[in-house]
Amino acid sequence: MFVYLSCVVLLLVGIYCVAVKKNLIKIIIGIGIMEYAVNLFLVILGYRQGGTAPIIQPGAANPILVDPLPQALVLTAIVIGLATTAMMVAIAMRIYNCYGTFDITKIRKLKG
Amino acid sequence: MINFLPMFVAVPLGAAFLMPLLYKIDRRLTDLLGNLTTFYLLAASLALYFFLPADHLMIYRVGGWAPPVGIILVLDGLSHFLLLTVNLIAALATLYSISYMNLYTSRGKYYTLFMLMVAGMNGVVLTGDLFNLFVFLEIAAIASYALVAFGCESEELEASFKYLVMGSVASTLVLFGIALLYGLTGTLNMADIARSLPANAGAARALITVLFLMGFGMKSAMVPFHAWLPDAHPSAPAPISAMLSGVLIKALGVYALVRILFNVLGMTPQLSYILMVLGTLSLLGGVLLAIGQWDLKRLLAYHSISQIGYVILGIGLATPLGIMGGLFHLFNHALFKSLLFLNAGSVEYRVGTRELKEMGGLAKKMPVTWATSLMASLSISGLPPFNGFWSKLFIILACVQAGRLWFALAAVIGSLLTLASFLKVQKYAFFERLPSRLEAVKEAPWIMGAAMIVLAGLCLSVGILFPYLITFLVNPAAAAVLNGTGYSRLILGGL
Amino acid sequence: MSLIVKTVTRVTIGIIFLFGGYIVAHGHLTPGGGFAGGVILALAYVLYVLAYGEKETRERLSMKWASIIESLGGLLFLFLAVLGLAGGYFFLNVLPKGTPGDIFSAGIIPLCNLAIMFKVGAGLFAVFLVLVTFRVAARKEEEE
Repeated sequence: MFVYLSCVVLLLVGIYCVAVKKNLIKIIIGIGIMEYAVNLFLVILGYRQGGTAPIIQPGAANPILVDPLPQALVLTAIVIGLATTAMMVAIAMRIYNCYGTFDITKIRKLKG
Repeated sequence: MINFLPMFVAVPLGAAFLMPLLYKIDRRLTDLLGNLTTFYLLAASLALYFFLPADHLMIYRVGGWAPPVGIILVLDGLSHFLLLTVNLIAALATLYSISYMNLYTSRGKYYTLFMLMVAGMNGVVLTGDLFNLFVFLEIAAIASYALVAFGCESEELEASFKYLVMGSVASTLVLFGIALLYGLTGTLNMADIARSLPANAGAARALITVLFLMGFGMKSAMVPFHAWLPDAHPSAPAPISAMLSGVLIKALGVYALVRILFNVLGMTPQLSYILMVLGTLSLLGGVLLAIGQWDLKRLLAYHSISQIGYVILGIGLATPLGIMGGLFHLFNHALFKSLLFLNAGSVEYRVGTRELKEMGGLAKKMPVTWATSLMASLSISGLPPFNGFWSKLFIILACVQAGRLWFALAAVIGSLLTLASFLKVQKYAFFERLPSRLEAVKEAPWIMGAAMIVLAGLCLSVGILFPYLITFLVNPAAAAVLNGTGYSRLILGGL
Repeated sequence: MSLIVKTVTRVTIGIIFLFGGYIVAHGHLTPGGGFAGGVILALAYVLYVLAYGEKETRERLSMKWASIIESLGGLLFLFLAVLGLAGGYFFLNVLPKGTPGDIFSAGIIPLCNLAIMFKVGAGLFAVFLVLVTFRVAARKEEEE
C-alpha cells in the first residue's frame, strides 16, 4: 500500500512542477515526472509475491511469474512519452527563437 | 464484409507513411493521395450501412484472438454514427486544403499529420479495448499538437505549447485511471471490465470517474478545463480548425467520456447531475466570453465550448430524448462549426486578416462565402428550418420533460446570446461599408467554395429531412448508449 | 573533438551496432525488441555526431535517406499486418512458427521487430539531427 501511495506522491510532485514553475524547460521536466509516476504505478501493479521475470525457460519448472501485461502497457506509454517530450522540446526551442526567453510570464501574446 | 473494420485505421496509416516518399517525387501527388484516402473512408463508412447485421453490431477480432484475451474492434450504433461524422468532415477538409495550403509550405508533412489524426480518431471510435483507446487517443492528439503549430509563427507556437502541456497532463490522468481499472478487474477489454467490476468498490469507482472526467473533459473542452481551446483553434490552419472543432474534441473527448461513463462504469443519478452542471457551465461560460471577441476565429472557438456544453447537457440528462438530442446536436455541430471555420479560412485567404473591425462589406465581393456563412450562422443560433433548431429543441424539451426547468432556461438564454453574437459577425464582416484597401478582393477558389457549398447543403437538408436521419443514424446510437452496462452482454455473448 | 575520442568512437560504434542488432533479432526470446534496439542504433549515429560533427554524419546518412528508411519501415509493418488478411484476420500470425526458443520462430514477430527497428532508428536520428541543426542556425544568427 505504501508503494502505491509513493507513486501518487510522485504524481503530485509532477503536477506541482507543471502548475507552479515559470520556466518552460521545468514544465517539460514536470510532465516527464508525471509520466514516470504513472509508468511506475502500472509496473508495480503487476508484481506478484516472490515472482520473477515473465520469461518461460524451456525445460525448467515454471516458477511464479509477475504479470507481463502491465510491462507491455508501460513500454507503449514510454514510447508515447518520448514522442510528446521530443515535440515539446522542439516547440520550446522555436519559442526561444521567437520570443527570446523561456519565461512563461513574458510569453503572453494571446490574451482575452 | 468482415474484413472491413481494420481498414479504417490501416488505410490512413498507410497513406501517412507514403506521404514523405510521394512528396519527394511530386508535390501534387500528396494532395491526390490525401483526398483519395478520405473519400474512400467516407464511402466505406456510408457503405457499411448496407452490410450491417440486424442488431447493428459488428465485432472484429484483431489477429484472430478471441475476447477478452485479444483486442476487438466493435462497430455498434454509437461508433458508426461517430465514424460517419469523422470521415465526412475529414473528406471535406482535405478537399478544402487543396487550395488553402498554398498559404503554407511543406504540404507533405501537413498531409502526413492529417492522415495520422484521421487514423487515430477512427481507431478511438472503433476499438473495444481500453488501452487501445488510449494509444489511438495519443496518436490523434500528438498529430493535432503538431498541426496547431504548423505555421511556426510566435502566436501559433505559444498556443501549441499551452495545448501540449494541458493535453499531456490530461493523458497522464487518463492513463492513471486505466491503471486503476486494470488493478481492480485484471482485464482491459471494455465489455469485460463492465462485467467484472466489483460492486462494493465505491471509493475506487469514484476516483476512477473523477480521473476520467478530468482527462476526457480536458480533451473535450468542458468549462473548468477549456483554457487551451481559444488559443489553439484559431492558430491552426483553417481546415485543421474545422477538424479540431468539428470532430477531434468530439471523437476524443465526448465519445470516450460517453463510452466509459455509460457502458463501462455505469451511469448513476449523481454522475448525471454532475454532467448536466458541467454542460450548463460550458454553455453559458462559452457564449458569454464569446460576445466580447473581435477576432473571428477566436469567437468561433468560444462558441465551440458553448455548443459542446449543449451536447454534454443533453447526454447528461440520461433520458432517451436527451441522449438523442445530444447526439444529434453533436452531428449538427460538426456540420455547421466546420462550415463556419472554413468560411473564416476563406475570408482570411482573400482578405489577409481575422479582425472583425478591419473587414466589412464582403457580401458583394464574396457571395458564396457570405451565403454559406449566413446559413451556418442561422443553424448555430437555432433558427428553423436549419438543423440546429431541431437538435436544440430536443435538448430543451428533454430538460423540461425531466423536470429540470432551470437548465432549460439556461439553454434558451445561451441560444439567444449565440444569435446576438453571430448577428455581430454578419454585420461587421459582411454588411458594413467596404474599406478601400479591400476593393480588389475576389471570391475564394472554387475548390474551397465547393466544400463550403456541400456543407451548407447538408445543414439545410438535415434540417428538412431530420426524421429519416434520426431513425437511421441517431436512434441506433442512442440505443447503444442507453444500453448501459448491457453492452458487455452484447459483446461477450453468453460467456 | 580530440583524437582519443575519435579513435575510441570508431572502435565502439561497430560494437554498439552489433548490440542493437542482437537485441532486435532476439526480441521474441529476451526482453527488448524493436523499439529498444532501434533506440540503440539511433544512439550509435548520435555518438558519431558528437565525435565527428554533424556535417560528416550527414555524408554517412543524410536526412533524405533517413526519411526514406523511416517510411519504408512503417510500410513494411503495415504490409505484415495486411499479410495476415491472407489467413483471414488482420494481423494474424501467418508465417510458420517453429519450436519456442529458436531464433527462427514465432511467425511474423521477428519481421515486425525489424520494421520497428528501421522506423524508430531512422526517426530518432532525424529528430536529433533536426534539434541540433536548429540550435546551430540560431546561434549563427546571434554571432552575426
